[in-house]
Amino acid sequence: MDFIGAYSPIHLKFLFEGFLVTLEVAFISIVLSFAIGIVIGVLRYARIPVVAQVLTVGVETIRNLPLLLIIFFTYFALPEVGLKLDKLYAAILALVIFESAMLSEIVRSGLNSIEKGQIEAARASGLTYIQTMWHVILPQALRRMVPPIVSQFIALLKDTSLAVVIALPELMNHAQIINGRNVNYVIPIFLLVALMYFTVNYSLSLISKRLENK
Amino acid sequence: MLDFSIIVDYWDMYMQGFGHTVKASLLALLGSLLIGIVIAVFRIAPVRPLNWFGAAYVEFIRNIPLILVVFVFFFGFPALGVRLDSFTAGTLGLTVYTAAFIAEVIRAGILSVPKGQMEAARSSGLTYLQTMRYIILPQAIKIVIPPLGNQFINLVKNSSILGVIAGLDLMYFGDLISSETFVTFDVYIFVAMFYLVLTVPLSLGVGFLERRLARSR
Amino acid sequence: MKWKNVWKKVIGIGLTAMLSATMLVGCSGGTETGGEDKTKETSTTEGNTLEKIKERGKLVVGVKYDLNLFGLKDPQTGKVEGFDIDIAKGLAKKILGDENKIELKEVTSKTRIPMLNNGEIDAIIATMTITEERKKEVDFSDVYFKAGQSLLVKKDSNINGLKDIKKGVTVLTAKGSTSAQNIREKAPEATVLEFENYAEAFTALKAGQGDALTTDNAILFGMAKQDPNYRVVDETFTEEPYGIAVRKGDQEFLQVINEYLKELKESGEYDKIYEKWMGQKPKQ
Repeated sequence: MDFIGAYSPIHLKFLFEGFLVTLEVAFISIVLSFAIGIVIGVLRYARIPVVAQVLTVGVETIRNLPLLLIIFFTYFALPEVGLKLDKLYAAILALVIFESAMLSEIVRSGLNSIEKGQIEAARASGLTYIQTMWHVILPQALRRMVPPIVSQFIALLKDTSLAVVIALPELMNHAQIINGRNVNYVIPIFLLVALMYFTVNYSLSLISKRLENK
Repeated sequence: MLDFSIIVDYWDMYMQGFGHTVKASLLALLGSLLIGIVIAVFRIAPVRPLNWFGAAYVEFIRNIPLILVVFVFFFGFPALGVRLDSFTAGTLGLTVYTAAFIAEVIRAGILSVPKGQMEAARSSGLTYLQTMRYIILPQAIKIVIPPLGNQFINLVKNSSILGVIAGLDLMYFGDLISSETFVTFDVYIFVAMFYLVLTVPLSLGVGFLERRLARSR
Repeated sequence: MKWKNVWKKVIGIGLTAMLSATMLVGCSGGTETGGEDKTKETSTTEGNTLEKIKERGKLVVGVKYDLNLFGLKDPQTGKVEGFDIDIAKGLAKKILGDENKIELKEVTSKTRIPMLNNGEIDAIIATMTITEERKKEVDFSDVYFKAGQSLLVKKDSNINGLKDIKKGVTVLTAKGSTSAQNIREKAPEATVLEFENYAEAFTALKAGQGDALTTDNAILFGMAKQDPNYRVVDETFTEEPYGIAVRKGDQEFLQVINEYLKELKESGEYDKIYEKWMGQKPKQ
């Protein structure tokens, strides 16, 4: 094992550049899948005929597939039907498809945990259905959903590493490039990479615990 | 329409992959249940160093990507003089990773059994381990079965990671078929169907158990 | 990456995400509408590539980033260098008069044909063997490099050729390469493991996950140069003529490429590039 060689400034810089891509991909995907997840979750909760059923089938299908397969799909298979995306967008698309399905399920069960009586009460006081959802139900439900949502964000950040299979220049990809140069770098590099993921994810989970206790 | 001749022509490869996916999932489930139970008991046991060890394991593993764990076994272990083949390295990686999640599920289950029972059993002369074994765990198991089912579904999906290290699973063979035929869309849809054959019944089963448990409360 | 552009594309992606989500739903629901007209899509070349290159003022070439001697990205400088890169630069000079009017994009054996066909790149110069199978997908230029499949082994290994690849021997290679199919045919007893790319395969070999790595000798020479604990066996057991690939039916562009290759050889420039990377003059 060669810690000194592995942790040369050039390698550290290279890893850091990869980590920035990881964070960027994760951030964009989190924002998008959160938004889409809420919309799908609410639509399913509202039980609009046909729409709800179609969404349920879609969400359940995606939730039951490996994300890795979805990444291969968006990158290798979509061009075959005319949708061309480069690595970055193929990776983001795959993450958004998968994670918004996961998040929509969290949103839906969060909404279901709010007593139905509240809707009736709000409606009786003259609010429209959408107003009721937006001002009364969603805020309460979201509060309860904070822990599972943050766990899902952590999962997403970890999942970005799967994009290594399409050679997206993120952290795992850069780690593997360095590992390819010398076998004695492998363990030190993986240790450092683990620490990088851990630091960000553990901080996220601590923030989640804070929010929960408020 | 999908080109079903691919599935016929490459049936053997799909089946070989499917078999390895099932095998890896089952082996990893067994292994991670064992490690998971041990870690959960560590976290709850009235021994400080064990608590720390259990917490460190869970928090560390849960916050790093699965692929990293698998790569450590596959690319890293040989540097330490331990050579594992792709399938073994992949399955071990899955086991170590999933164990952290299973430990949390089991811990939550154990904590849901009222504390008074532990005290009562201890005061009636049972040791800590006996109380765990005969009083607490049997009750906890009922509660933890649905979330364990969810972990198993995740495990089946996560087993696709073997494809990245040539682990001979469904994902690996799907990938090979697509690069041999130049057909990607159809090949991956078929791979998806094989995964759904495994995961959808599991999901339905977990849903059923969850509803039954909710009613029995 | 520039954030402004990212956000613009993000909105686009959001929409496509929704679309393809519903498409996936359609497929899994058993209606499979998506697969119908894909052959039409890929076969339509959007306009004339040569004109597009000139308009753009830049040649976009798919090259490998993980292959010593042919196309290797140096993490220290961020520069990609190699035999293929020099050939690509010469082509840019031929078309646009300046060898720097070029954009290199990373491809792997698996991604290069999809990337070419979806218009991400104008041509593939990435150690690509001309095969009948691939000719159905793309058009090839004349041969620009003659290679042959061989084996990379540890210095002290007792593997010296195909005859030593017996039962119980594990051979590593990359997915989507002809090497995998060849070794399966010629050494059916051996275990063959395929990785995402050659770098992963070489890392796996170094980690002791296999006894030999197989692919074209020129690629193996590059690896052996990178790590002197490994050697290439003398025997080659296939002929692997490399060609430059363009989209099917792209005749005008192909003609320019062939002209360029001819000039390159006649001027002696080719021999120089060859010697620069392979350390020897090309065999006639």
